[in-house]
Amino acid sequence: MATMMVKARQLVHEYIRRDEEGNPIATQAALDHVDIDIEPGSFVAILGHNGSGKSTLAKHLNVLLSPTEGTLWVDGKDTSDMDNLWKIRQNTGMVFQNPDNQIIGSIVEEDVGFGPENIGVPTDEIWQRVEDSLRAVGMLKYRSHSPNKLSGGQKQRVAIAGVVAMQPKCIVLDEPTAMLDPNGRKEVLRTVHELNRKKGVTIILITHYMEEVTDADYIYVMDSGSVVMQGTPREIFSRVESLKAHRMDVPQITLLAHELKQAGLNLPDGILTREELIEALEKLQV
Amino acid sequence: MSIILDKVNYIYGQGTAYETYALKDINLEIKDGQFIGVIGHTGSGKSTLIQHLNGLLRATSGTIYYNGEDIYTEGYSMRALRSKVGLVFQYPEHQLFETTILDDVCFGPMNQGLDKNAAQLRAFEALHSVGIPEELFDQSPFDLSGGQKRRVAIAGVLAMKPEVLILDEPTAGLDPKGRDEILDQVAELHAKQHITVILVSHSMEDVAKYVERIIVMNQGSVMYDDTPKNVFRYYKELEQVGLAAPQVTYLMHELQEKGFPVSCDATTVEEAKQEILSVMRS
Repeated sequence: MATMMVKARQLVHEYIRRDEEGNPIATQAALDHVDIDIEPGSFVAILGHNGSGKSTLAKHLNVLLSPTEGTLWVDGKDTSDMDNLWKIRQNTGMVFQNPDNQIIGSIVEEDVGFGPENIGVPTDEIWQRVEDSLRAVGMLKYRSHSPNKLSGGQKQRVAIAGVVAMQPKCIVLDEPTAMLDPNGRKEVLRTVHELNRKKGVTIILITHYMEEVTDADYIYVMDSGSVVMQGTPREIFSRVESLKAHRMDVPQITLLAHELKQAGLNLPDGILTREELIEALEKLQV
Repeated sequence: MSIILDKVNYIYGQGTAYETYALKDINLEIKDGQFIGVIGHTGSGKSTLIQHLNGLLRATSGTIYYNGEDIYTEGYSMRALRSKVGLVFQYPEHQLFETTILDDVCFGPMNQGLDKNAAQLRAFEALHSVGIPEELFDQSPFDLSGGQKRRVAIAGVLAMKPEVLILDEPTAGLDPKGRDEILDQVAELHAKQHITVILVSHSMEDVAKYVERIIVMNQGSVMYDDTPKNVFRYYKELEQVGLAAPQVTYLMHELQEKGFPVSCDATTVEEAKQEILSVMRS
């Protein structure tokens, strides 16, 4: 069997609160014995309410944080071994919520080239990578634009291109669409799915929008630092009440199907898309 | 009692090669006690529009009347206007700064000239109305969760007793429960205290669920201004300008195309449910 892209065993992260003299006064487990397996090339979503530990987990994936206890392997490399640090960071790209905080270049292509330049890629190859990455996110025609004239969705795609130019095996996106309008959300999602499909990049998507994860291969739901639910989107979204107990929601169509079922219509659990609901309603009519 | 915008234009870089209309010929009346949603893609002029309503930006031309008074006449108190029209910016929790939650919420009313006791009374009331429990009042606002911080920030504006409350994407980055909690509390404030609420949002589902009137902004102009039902009838046009309709609205259109005798007007889960049930049961 191939090496897991991400494998966590009993991963613990404790934040330590200190008083004014710097003495520890309390510890809080942001990750509490987490086990996770993510296969290479898969599209995995992580859901959980604010403060559930999602972002702490994301920061472990490219070693912005190290485990307090337990072990995390990214592409087979132990993240607590500092010799692996740079290799892991190159292999695991991160995209954050606010595109304005991630763009540093004054021209789109310079911004995208910043990463490869930093790791000493030869100039010719940098330009090749910049072109490929911008094409992959559909932003090639904006290569000589200034990033501050772009829309939110376009900026976020430039940020993704900057990560793609590092040729990572895995991209972690921490609420990449929270600040975007509907079109921007759609653009970013389409881009990420394409990278997954065409380039085989492993995608780990953290989001609060349930509609964005109905196409994921697998979903982890976190609460209080632990994985509380896991499964395919259909398995997860069949459990409307448990999700709500974890401050989560279901896609609007799933909610509608669930309410119709409770009102007495004989519909299957875990309907995710409009097509599925229409098909199920058509069956009932016959 | 209302806010009236009469032929309002706002131009960036006027007289230069970069001259652009951020607002173009805006005519609107915002009546007392309405719950209004403002939608539009990034850069459509939503934020520019709402910053005119409390005088943070001054129109290049045109007039704004607040309760019948032209806010641009000399001597009109912008300070007074800003306490009547409360604006909650995006990510308002970044503006928290005091050492305790109570002090933070007291800042606005004390700035209005209230004494400490009166300000604290206002703060208590405001914090209660956003659902922050009393045992937290003496804690640092920085120890709260994201959703709680944001509610404290909103309380900071409510404590100034605004007649109009404007919220610029109040739910961005919150989890689904936090989203519902904030919007439910805003809806309750609107219902109980009859304040006018203007909600800027990128979530068509939220707008459809809560507001009675939607203003659609596109390229600095008002594209539609109507009830959610009527606005979302133009879902194809909305898509062209980077917006969308709620998922259930699409569903109803698709059901109709498949021959189900449903009306396409539903914009919320509840409406769609009733419509589908009535068709399936007949």
